[in-house]
Amino acid sequence: MSETYEPVIVGFLCNWCSYRAADLAGTARIKYAPNMRAIRVMCSGRVDPQFVMKALREGADGVMIAGCHPGECHYVNGNIKAMRRFYLLRKMLTQLGVEEERVQLIWASASEGILLAEKVDQMTEALRALGPLNWDEKVVNRSNGYKAAEVAPVLEEA
Amino acid sequence: MTKNEKPKLAMYWSSSCGGCEVSVLNIHEKILTVDEVFDIAFFPCIADFKTKDVEAYPDGHITVCLWNGAIRNSENEEMAHLLRKKSTFMVAFGSCAYEGCIPALSNLTSKEATFNTVYKDNPTIDNPEGIIPLTSVQVPEGELTIPEFYNTVKSLDQVVDVDYYLPGCPPEPEQIWAVLQVIVGALLEGAPLPPKGSIVGASNVAVCEGCEREKSEKAIDRFYRPYEIVPEPDVCLLEQGLVCMGLATRGGCGALCPSVGIGCRGCYGPMPGVEDQGAKMLSAIASVISAGHESMEEAELEERIQTVVDTIADPAGTFYRFSMAHSLLQRAKVNGSNGKGEAA
Repeated sequence: MSETYEPVIVGFLCNWCSYRAADLAGTARIKYAPNMRAIRVMCSGRVDPQFVMKALREGADGVMIAGCHPGECHYVNGNIKAMRRFYLLRKMLTQLGVEEERVQLIWASASEGILLAEKVDQMTEALRALGPLNWDEKVVNRSNGYKAAEVAPVLEEA
Repeated sequence: MTKNEKPKLAMYWSSSCGGCEVSVLNIHEKILTVDEVFDIAFFPCIADFKTKDVEAYPDGHITVCLWNGAIRNSENEEMAHLLRKKSTFMVAFGSCAYEGCIPALSNLTSKEATFNTVYKDNPTIDNPEGIIPLTSVQVPEGELTIPEFYNTVKSLDQVVDVDYYLPGCPPEPEQIWAVLQVIVGALLEGAPLPPKGSIVGASNVAVCEGCEREKSEKAIDRFYRPYEIVPEPDVCLLEQGLVCMGLATRGGCGALCPSVGIGCRGCYGPMPGVEDQGAKMLSAIASVISAGHESMEEAELEERIQTVVDTIADPAGTFYRFSMAHSLLQRAKVNGSNGKGEAA
């Protein structure tokens, strides 16, 4: 493996808390690991398990889902929906051999830029220790590139 | 194909159980019509053909090849390439060919673990020397070879180009007949064929649509395994805490399993537009969990939700029972968190 392994984290940040926390971390010039690629979603409850798996399949070493603290969701209970989904997903990903550290759910409110930065740092270090995931080549063993399954056109009643 | 020649039909099985063949024969007397319209060019289950017969055909000679079974070993793959070359239309017939089905559940573990279970650890096995199959072995008479057993089970379209998919484990006979009629209509009367890559012999709505059980609000605080409860006859199985895949599964089967009190297993594959059936089912199951309320402290929330999640024994095996090979992750990472890629 290349000596310059830098973990790639895909971060799904909720619009109302965690994305603003990341924004705050930026404006406050907090230094933290540049390994997270932030994707803004309206709510942590919007994160479909397909997003997580697709990220892992297509080269991410880890996925961070970040939302408002329980009880503070902009949509009242979207983050609780995210929790239910996340716990089940974590159990299933364990069966698929994905280490727990690779997919994390965290809470960061709009004022917690420092907390978000710390979580990204911690996760980056954890992923550095685990090593690259490289799912397509190492797990599926298909080096000729992954073609996302085309969704077949639909036939009206055969 | 010259004018007076009949179109040629082939059906081949790779890693599968043979249920697809039975399902074809279950179209009953209509099989005589199939025989009238088609010449059987290759069908090892019901007629004596050899691989060399197929090799001797010109390319594209077989009009329709119904391929059932997943790609488990090198022989399956070789035959897939051969039949693809010799066939005009290649149909992934049944769940194994379409998305891996039961054979692909072994993608949750490794080839070594599968061999250990089958040839060494099984209580009924007597194999003191620990002999496992090798692709090549020397005997006094010379070298013996067998196909290579792959680590990962693949669907047919991960190996060759596929024209149509016919889902189901097995596909329902009425659906097979409907598809055969479309093909025959196209061949004999020039009727249009569905676009390449279509999923045929299935509907575009979920199994729930055809299920007659009464459905209302779903709020579940624990899940049951099928042996743990006797379900109420007319109420949605999921509402009773039984994992039913109906809401993440393409219909077309007539909701056979839920109508007799067994949750849908998911054999018709993902809904139109969905890439990963297991992920969608996971999402749906998580949505019906009632535990947890926004007024609770985080620790209590965690505990309550985890308790419900713990009642689902085997999420990967349940949600990907039929679609493991075609899922986004396709297989488990072995030597991952617990060494074998199995449930901890």
